[in-house]
Amino acid sequence: MAPSRSELSYDVVVVGAGPAGLAAATRAMAMGASVALVDAGSAPGGQYWRHPAPNVNGVRPVDVAYLHHHLETYRTLVSRLEPLEEAGTYLREHHVWTVASTDGGFVVHAVDRSGGAERLVEVLGRRLVLAPGAYDRQLPFPGWDLPGVMTAGGAQALLKGHDVSPGRRVVVAGTGPFLLPVAAGLAQAGATVVGVHEAASPSRWLKELRVVGRNLGKLGEGFGYATTLIAKGVPVRTRSTVIAAHGDRALEAVTIARVDGAGNVSPGSEEMVGADTLAVGWGFTPQLELPLALGCRTRPDVDGSPICVVDDMQQSSVPGVYIAGEASGVGGAALAVVEGVIAGAAAAGAPTSDRRLLRQRSTLRAFAGAVQRAHPVPSGWVKRLDDRTVVCRCEEVSYARLRDVVERLAVGDARTAKLVARPGMGWCQGRICGYATACVIADLDGKPRSSTGTAERPVASPITLGALAAQDAESQEAAQDR
Amino acid sequence: MSDVVVIGAGVVGASCAYYAARAGLSVTVLERDTVGGGTTSRGEGNILVSDKAPGAEMELALVSLRLWRELGEDLGGARFELEEKGGVVVATTTSGLATLHEFSRTQSRRGVDARPVCGEELHDYEPHLARDLPGGVYYPQDMQVQPVLAAASLLAAARSMGARVLTGVEVTGAATGSDGRLTAVHTSQGTEPAGAVVNAAGTWAGAVAELFGCAVPVLPRRGFVLVTEPLPRVVRHKVYSAEYVENVASDQAGLETSAVVEGTQGGTVLIGASRERVAFDPTLSVPVVRRLAAQAVRLFPVLADVRLMRVYRGFRPYCPDHLPVIGADSRVLGLFHACGHEGAGIGLAPATGRILSQLLVGEEPDLDPAPFDPMRFAGVDA
Amino acid sequence: MSDESFDFDGRPMPFRPGQSVGAALTAAGIRSWRTTRVDGRPRGLFCGIGVCFDCLIVIDGRPNERACLVVAKRGMVVETQEGTGHGALEV
Repeated sequence: MAPSRSELSYDVVVVGAGPAGLAAATRAMAMGASVALVDAGSAPGGQYWRHPAPNVNGVRPVDVAYLHHHLETYRTLVSRLEPLEEAGTYLREHHVWTVASTDGGFVVHAVDRSGGAERLVEVLGRRLVLAPGAYDRQLPFPGWDLPGVMTAGGAQALLKGHDVSPGRRVVVAGTGPFLLPVAAGLAQAGATVVGVHEAASPSRWLKELRVVGRNLGKLGEGFGYATTLIAKGVPVRTRSTVIAAHGDRALEAVTIARVDGAGNVSPGSEEMVGADTLAVGWGFTPQLELPLALGCRTRPDVDGSPICVVDDMQQSSVPGVYIAGEASGVGGAALAVVEGVIAGAAAAGAPTSDRRLLRQRSTLRAFAGAVQRAHPVPSGWVKRLDDRTVVCRCEEVSYARLRDVVERLAVGDARTAKLVARPGMGWCQGRICGYATACVIADLDGKPRSSTGTAERPVASPITLGALAAQDAESQEAAQDR
Repeated sequence: MSDVVVIGAGVVGASCAYYAARAGLSVTVLERDTVGGGTTSRGEGNILVSDKAPGAEMELALVSLRLWRELGEDLGGARFELEEKGGVVVATTTSGLATLHEFSRTQSRRGVDARPVCGEELHDYEPHLARDLPGGVYYPQDMQVQPVLAAASLLAAARSMGARVLTGVEVTGAATGSDGRLTAVHTSQGTEPAGAVVNAAGTWAGAVAELFGCAVPVLPRRGFVLVTEPLPRVVRHKVYSAEYVENVASDQAGLETSAVVEGTQGGTVLIGASRERVAFDPTLSVPVVRRLAAQAVRLFPVLADVRLMRVYRGFRPYCPDHLPVIGADSRVLGLFHACGHEGAGIGLAPATGRILSQLLVGEEPDLDPAPFDPMRFAGVDA
Repeated sequence: MSDESFDFDGRPMPFRPGQSVGAALTAAGIRSWRTTRVDGRPRGLFCGIGVCFDCLIVIDGRPNERACLVVAKRGMVVETQEGTGHGALEV
């Protein structure tokens, strides 16, 4: 029986086993550091390289290779995890609920959910690499809470992680290059992709040609997805989006419309399309709760999302804390791997970063900036909310309720809206509605959006009071023994 | 020019603005951050008499209790979740129960409704309480509000009487006339002429007083509140352990915790209370979180399977004698203070606002404010 | 199709090794398995990666588990969830 309070200490603790975390952990190990890798997933890969959980009964999980890119990199990184697996320091299904500074290092407080019930674990590290990743940004619209409406990332996760198609007739909508692999994957898995609706105009990319020229590999990737979609007869429309979802107890149809650059509907262009599934995403929101718990400084990314400030070693404003991947700027898996390698080396004691890696980072970051500029969130969606549209899904806070507190109580910012009307107070703690609530309040109040106070979440993963109480009893006993 | 500029839009500043506007004064509220965004948003919204020992604070609490009921009628209590839920204080030991009963008798003599409850009866009040508790005291007068809604509602009412509420405006200094009387405050957005100024800056009131060249010894006392996942009603009253009263009144600088458990209309259960003097250190303390969880599970074993979803951290504004600061500052003509309510600001806000408005217009206050005199610390190092 | 299954509201629900409970339900055409606590609206998978908590479900008697994260295991008892999932605690 393992002790529930792990007092083990490592040179480097890496949180997150996506592209950035895998790269950081393997590089730190290669440099001779003792490493623990803590991850919520049941298999390495994070969201990008999501794979089915390894099977306990010896049956091979389904093969999802056809859905993946850069699998060689993935396989190489995973094969290098073997020493961690042997040492038992790759901690799967461990959800980190908070991180704290301690004498000479950091404590990662995790909940081990691998056994069904909860077991609290503390992992100590002299240095910390945080690679928490990101999730799809969402915008509310009438009907978006119907079952069958999903995030684009969620639809892809079902395919990559579970070999399940989210539905039979699927509409893909939103903005960003990520919509293409999602649609291509769905089509390859046998779903009828009714259409891909990209809100942005392709002409926006004309301003980014210089950056694209430095990232021809990315162009090739996009071309591959486009070829798949053409082969499957999937129509891809730009300056088009979904403005409403319809159905009784689940999605039955969506309304599609043509939009201008600001996301406003061209009158008369609305069209109803039957679908059982809508996969939608508007770029990504980095997960910042762990860096923020340690006091890491943030700055706005190209699209305005707060991201961690890092230096050329991927070190945050807190010495000893390194941030890699989307939390230091959303830029995709290739950038995350580069940042992970830099962070892993730095955390293991490398005095400087490899110049070649820094050049790659700069090129990939430039591309990430171009993506964000070419695929902005078009603001017109706010005008399409009706009184009954739920803005906060967890607490079921409607648009009418938000308008009421703005009009009656003169609420003019997202944090006060949250305190008086509860958007962001529920299970997800505003991860889904935080951005939208800030936009809605700013629109109603007629002032520029302030996104303050929405990314801080002191409890990054819910834990039972009983598990905390048991840990309290143990720490009291331990204190008495000393 | 406003008759009164109130600095701070927490529940105390909101109440000062409301009662001053009701008294016919023109009012401007200046808030550097957001309405109720400081200590007001970090607590449970308690309006308590149960934790007050006979004395000046209890008298203030009893006046406040009456005023909160009035506010509920005048403004619509449901809008800020005013709930006359009552409090249940439980002892965990038989000797603790004897002390608690003795304490409640002294409260009864001052007009507090306190009803001793034996161990078996506890479950009529709170079916989920642990079975091995020796007894407690039921306080039907204890109430609860949703504190930020309460502050916002008071300000909305003040606004309807002509008050201005400006957020994102920080006071940076003061201007005085040749007679030494305050004439205006300087702010991050210009000068705001004022006949009088009320310092209702809560935990930051000491720093605001310094802008006027005065010392008011308000210091932060950190506390955490655990917030659970949404539940049906599992806890009917405010329930807390008898040690809470001792901790509130204690002068210890180190960590003190006692179990305080109550439900909210939002569905979450709130769990306090910890007290530490660690200046403005905002970091989450895992040992404190564990201890609060353990104490809550001790009182309500069913909470063991309930999840923690969020933790509030706040800084109570405390004064060395644990009494608030309410009244005129004789060092600067025109300056008034309404601060230092420690963990009782929600409960004491209406009486504070009312007394202050009475002092502003020269009326006889509802309660003698002498014990809360800002000058009581003069000569004492802040 | 494998012979692995768990119990969903009294009927056997097949799954393939490595699949989450939510994925197995989706594969069987089931789109929602809980109702919200205020308006009683149906919900199922939304973010699919553990962030949104829309797919809450009762697993082996524990309410509010995320169907998208919990790996399906043979013999699990899975139930739809109503509201908070803690209705029995109400006083």
